[in-house]
Amino acid sequence: MKIPLSVEKGFHVNSNMPREEYLIPLKLTWTATGALQPGAVTYPMATVEKFQFAEKPLSIFTGNFDVIAHFKVAANAPAGPGAASGKLRYQACNDRACFAPKTVDITVLYQVQ
Amino acid sequence: MRDGIRILVRPIWVGDPNAVKLIRLSAAIGTALLVGCFISGCSREPQIPPSARAVQPDGQRKAAPAFDLKDADGKSVRLADYRGKVVLLDFWATWCGPCRIEIPWFTELERRHKQEGFAVLGVAMDDEGWKVIKPFVSELKINYRVLLGNDQASHDYGGLEALPTTFLIDRDGKIAAVHVGLANRKDFENGVEQLLQAPAKANSGRISLPSFFIRTK
Repeated sequence: MKIPLSVEKGFHVNSNMPREEYLIPLKLTWTATGALQPGAVTYPMATVEKFQFAEKPLSIFTGNFDVIAHFKVAANAPAGPGAASGKLRYQACNDRACFAPKTVDITVLYQVQ
Repeated sequence: MRDGIRILVRPIWVGDPNAVKLIRLSAAIGTALLVGCFISGCSREPQIPPSARAVQPDGQRKAAPAFDLKDADGKSVRLADYRGKVVLLDFWATWCGPCRIEIPWFTELERRHKQEGFAVLGVAMDDEGWKVIKPFVSELKINYRVLLGNDQASHDYGGLEALPTTFLIDRDGKIAAVHVGLANRKDFENGVEQLLQAPAKANSGRISLPSFFIRTK
């Protein structure tokens, strides 16, 4: 399942694997998935960019990118609609300031056939 | 304030050959629900105001909001405790890269001007609290008082949507300058020096004797 994200020009979010321990990574976690069993979450390849406020280049996401969530379905899963609920945590900055980390609720409806 | 990230909602079809016979994931626009104002257009355009290049003229300064926050030893610290001193009040967080650039500047300012009636107060806005703040203070050898911020202080000081946000407060407890985001080091140095040169206008606690009590031989 693709979850498309977009970061406006001039901003960036830390990637899922930032290069400094103190940086807050982008992270998608599922809290309830119904008939689906959550699998791995695949993040895109990060961009490495140097900013004036960091000694080392940072691993970041910018622009449009997809996070892909993998699921499994049990063989005996009942047919019908369901919902997967999760949380996406991120922390954004521009080249001069940083914004408080945020956690956003994500819910995706699906149909088991 | 929007921080530049949004989720684009559009129909998605995942064609996993192993799962197609079991599940069709349909994430059409009407079925993908995003709680929280996270989609472009829900928030106003982010604005980072230009840093003040000089301190505000005396007559244009407003009183700095009061606060009562705890330091690393659990002691209450109020802004009023520093009346008569020039205060550099810095809101920061351990996850904030630009903050890490400025903090050594403030450490130097504290060292250089402490005896002249100057103090830096660093207000950490980390939700994880002292667990993450204390190691950071040690790592950066911060020599000034660090306080744990809270929602009330954030609200009173304008919401603090971006970090670092730093206020220069004069001896009378009024805001002389505000810097949002990574600022120029010289701006802080010049601002502090300018404010240190000006005496406090408000009653410093001295008792003014009427002139007829003053006698000279």
